[in-house]
Amino acid sequence: MFILEKTTEQVKEVRVVRSVYFDHSGTTPVHPAVAEEMYRYLIGDSFGNPSSVNHLGLQVRKKVTEARDIAAQAIGAAPGEIVFTSGGTESDNMAIHGAAYTNKSRGNHIITSAVEHHAVLNTVKALGKQGFNITILPVDQYGMVSVDDVAAAITDRTILITIMHANNEVGTIMPIAEIGKLARERKIVFHVDAVQSFGKIPVNVDELGANLLSLSGHKIYGPKGIGVLYIRKGTRWRQTLFHGGAQERLRRAGTENIPGIMGLAKAIELAMENREAESARLMVLRDKLIKGLTSIENVRLTGHPVKRLPNHASFLFKCIEGESMLISLDMKRIAASTGSACTSGSLEPSHVLLAMGIPHADAHGSLRLTLGKDNTDDDVDYLLEVIKPIVEKLRNMSPLED
Amino acid sequence: MYSEKVMDHFTNPRNVGEIPNADGVGEVGNPVCGDIMKIYIKVKDNVIKDIKFKTFGCGAAIATSSMVTEMAKYKSLEEALKLSNSQVAEALGGLPPIKMHCSNLAADALHAAVNNFRKNEQVIK
Repeated sequence: MFILEKTTEQVKEVRVVRSVYFDHSGTTPVHPAVAEEMYRYLIGDSFGNPSSVNHLGLQVRKKVTEARDIAAQAIGAAPGEIVFTSGGTESDNMAIHGAAYTNKSRGNHIITSAVEHHAVLNTVKALGKQGFNITILPVDQYGMVSVDDVAAAITDRTILITIMHANNEVGTIMPIAEIGKLARERKIVFHVDAVQSFGKIPVNVDELGANLLSLSGHKIYGPKGIGVLYIRKGTRWRQTLFHGGAQERLRRAGTENIPGIMGLAKAIELAMENREAESARLMVLRDKLIKGLTSIENVRLTGHPVKRLPNHASFLFKCIEGESMLISLDMKRIAASTGSACTSGSLEPSHVLLAMGIPHADAHGSLRLTLGKDNTDDDVDYLLEVIKPIVEKLRNMSPLED
Repeated sequence: MYSEKVMDHFTNPRNVGEIPNADGVGEVGNPVCGDIMKIYIKVKDNVIKDIKFKTFGCGAAIATSSMVTEMAKYKSLEEALKLSNSQVAEALGGLPPIKMHCSNLAADALHAAVNNFRKNEQVIK
């Protein structure tokens, strides 16, 4: 009897120290195999500059070529169409700014959506202050861009369309292939931010009809500070932001981040190997989270119920402020994310939720849970167990009526 | 991000709830900006005998509400009116800079409750 009680106590203790990471859309842990690969290029005689004509440089250059082949193959591109960058933000900036200025003689109109990542939205807005006309398309209640809206927005002056493949905050997957078809018919450069979708759903540049496509390393168990910009052969694009050496065939100046590139290639390899099985596994956990959380009163799913990333579950909790929920979860060692103003560094809640027509007051109560490789069914059970008393406590404290 | 004291008041907030038949009720903030604080007071002989709060907001909003109720309890109305938002923040060991503007309104809510009490009293007189 005594032993049994002890055991129960011990089990409770184990549960308290359990740590759950549910913020994979924010970033992912570096896969050990990726870290090992990177380490090889930080030590010994693998430090060569791939632009240098000596045996140290040439041996690294060969490795960069292999990494480029891996990245190209993963998205159905040719190796010559892959440019390594410092990450998603740089890829987005380079793609949009470069396409806008290279096509200036043909027109000045750029189309994007209201739910893009800030790396896209703020780049387009900056161009709006530099003489470009910009159209920011609205989205529906699920955060979905409409193909008809894109078609209606296109004019003879349109030179660039930039729409994300999947939304980071609500997980909605956009009709990219159809938009790509429209862009191709009208000979408009089409950029796709695939930072969130890559590694989770198929990303093929031909199927999507993309001229330019952005990828990031740290969302797929690779390192931070490395990414890819795919530039389709023949696309009217040139580098307009960074001036320097002739690296990456004049498309991205600066000595290559070799450990980053090698780590990224390893991460891409692993992502390609595991994507289908892992997405199927995570979808089961995601749906369990959705079912469990939406069964709580006044909690609803945000984003599209079906056309959503397999690892992405996002919610609105009425009468609860996101940050207090986040801190409460964090004290139970659950790492999650919110679009509440309090965590954005500004006083505005998420632009994505507002664009979906969600009132300000409700947008403060958002919670995003994004799953990844180390998450288990037990993690989901743990979250569902601890969140109920948190919701109850915060709602009892709230002066708002449900 | 938050001090130990803020976390303590967030985790174990003091004086949460409503006072039925409160002598004064003060509310500040709005749901648009993400913080609403509502403070209830019971007053006897010019002294705050009981005080409770209800808050919708972030960690700082909840902690400052809790702290202000502790600071104001058993104080005279004049003393309560002298309590400032920055004194509340100070008592909590400070707040992150961005929170000083958006979520540090608890003393305002207290003042609103005191003013509401005085207004009610005048009506009765």
